[in-house]
Amino acid sequence: MNGEALKFRDPEAARALAGSLERLMAEIGRPVSVMHVCGSHEQAIAKFGLRSLFPKSLTVIMGPGCPVCVTDVPEVDEGVVLAGQDKVHIATYGDMLKVPGTVKSLADAQASGAKIHVVYSPAQAVELARQLPDEQIVFFATGFETTAVATAAVIVDNPPPNFSVLSAHKYIPPVMEIVAEMPESRVEGFLAAGHAATITGWKVFEPFVERHKVPVVVAGFEPLDILAGLVELVALIKDGLARVVNIFPRCVTEEGNLAAQRELWRVFRPTGGRWRGIAHVPNGNLRLRDEWAHVDARKRFTIDLSSLWDYAPPQLAQQCICGDIMAGIRNPIDCKLFNKECVPENPVGACMVSNEGTCKIWHLYGGVPDLSTVEVSA
Amino acid sequence: MCLGVPGKVVEIHDTIATVDFWGVRRQVKLDIVDEPVKVGDYILNHVGFAIRRIPEESIAETLSLYEMLMREAEDDAMAGDVRSEISAGSEIGEPVGKS
Repeated sequence: MNGEALKFRDPEAARALAGSLERLMAEIGRPVSVMHVCGSHEQAIAKFGLRSLFPKSLTVIMGPGCPVCVTDVPEVDEGVVLAGQDKVHIATYGDMLKVPGTVKSLADAQASGAKIHVVYSPAQAVELARQLPDEQIVFFATGFETTAVATAAVIVDNPPPNFSVLSAHKYIPPVMEIVAEMPESRVEGFLAAGHAATITGWKVFEPFVERHKVPVVVAGFEPLDILAGLVELVALIKDGLARVVNIFPRCVTEEGNLAAQRELWRVFRPTGGRWRGIAHVPNGNLRLRDEWAHVDARKRFTIDLSSLWDYAPPQLAQQCICGDIMAGIRNPIDCKLFNKECVPENPVGACMVSNEGTCKIWHLYGGVPDLSTVEVSA
Repeated sequence: MCLGVPGKVVEIHDTIATVDFWGVRRQVKLDIVDEPVKVGDYILNHVGFAIRRIPEESIAETLSLYEMLMREAEDDAMAGDVRSEISAGSEIGEPVGKS
């Protein structure tokens, strides 16, 4: 447990919110599970030890909120195969390097000579293409809609001809449908991520709420934002109200960022595809529209994955329960590999790779802090 | 990766803003920001692009979490994500892809 835990900007407000949660759960009088879908929410919950403030009957699950973790194995394979081609360089976010593919990660490919560049922005990948005009720069693009809008912006901005995009972008609203429909899932409400909703607006969740009759609360990333979001969510559950409530108005509006949405849907189309460990998610993947074929690495290159399929999948990977963890059915501590064979330096599953993966976060901060070892600072 | 980082716009050329993040100045693109941005405004930067102009009345509240995170050790995951977001802006004068 991190010594900085449980330090709040306003400890009085935190205690008051924790008290409200306690009262609301007592009134409900049975266990309730809610889900958030954002790695940054889990980081804040774990970092500040918030689970120790939650009533015992309230379970707060991290859903599929880590874009790197849900990048599917064949998508990583595409990057690995492309990286092995002559004159091809892969530019991608640092989190992607260690994500296991069928036989190799991008880091493994790099170790055997592939040219892999870590970038923090798609604009940096475009700049790399300008600096290396005789090479092919493929931007392996991952992330949810928040990040996909930036990829869209560089695609419409006339990138050089040696720049292309391998899109593994994912779209959050459809996966919430999948989780809500899983028979094992008892999720009664969702905490939606503030910065993704900055782009989409809170209204995007209304059809979901209508269909599944579960409330959605859009919340920010401060410990107090999260506590307040949970109080709101549990109050809605208690009253049986299925609606969208935005408690993060300083970043999220009803309609969202329309300029960004315009570029997003001008460049990408939603299409069905697998999310690693979760399921096939209808409309969950963002792929380039045909008019951007000249920037689409899948159209520009022949990507033959079959060479990788000669290998049997590694034994340990079969024991990994990342999928169940992201679906909210099990916790990292339920996994035999967690903190044993599977650690950040040598991850078996994608959830241990990214700073936003549930397993990595629990490894770093601990999942459910033991209150007896924690000093609550005022 | 979905955690943007706020910064103050100190200069604008066309669609590129120079933004100050706790003393670190980076170039951030304004192509997809939701509202017109002027010098002195705060924006939320995500992977090198401004995705929101932060309303004036929300600036202080928005900055507080980050101010705490910026004091965190190098190896803290959440603080690390914030630092990555700052690195997503191009360095002034010499925009580069890092390898």
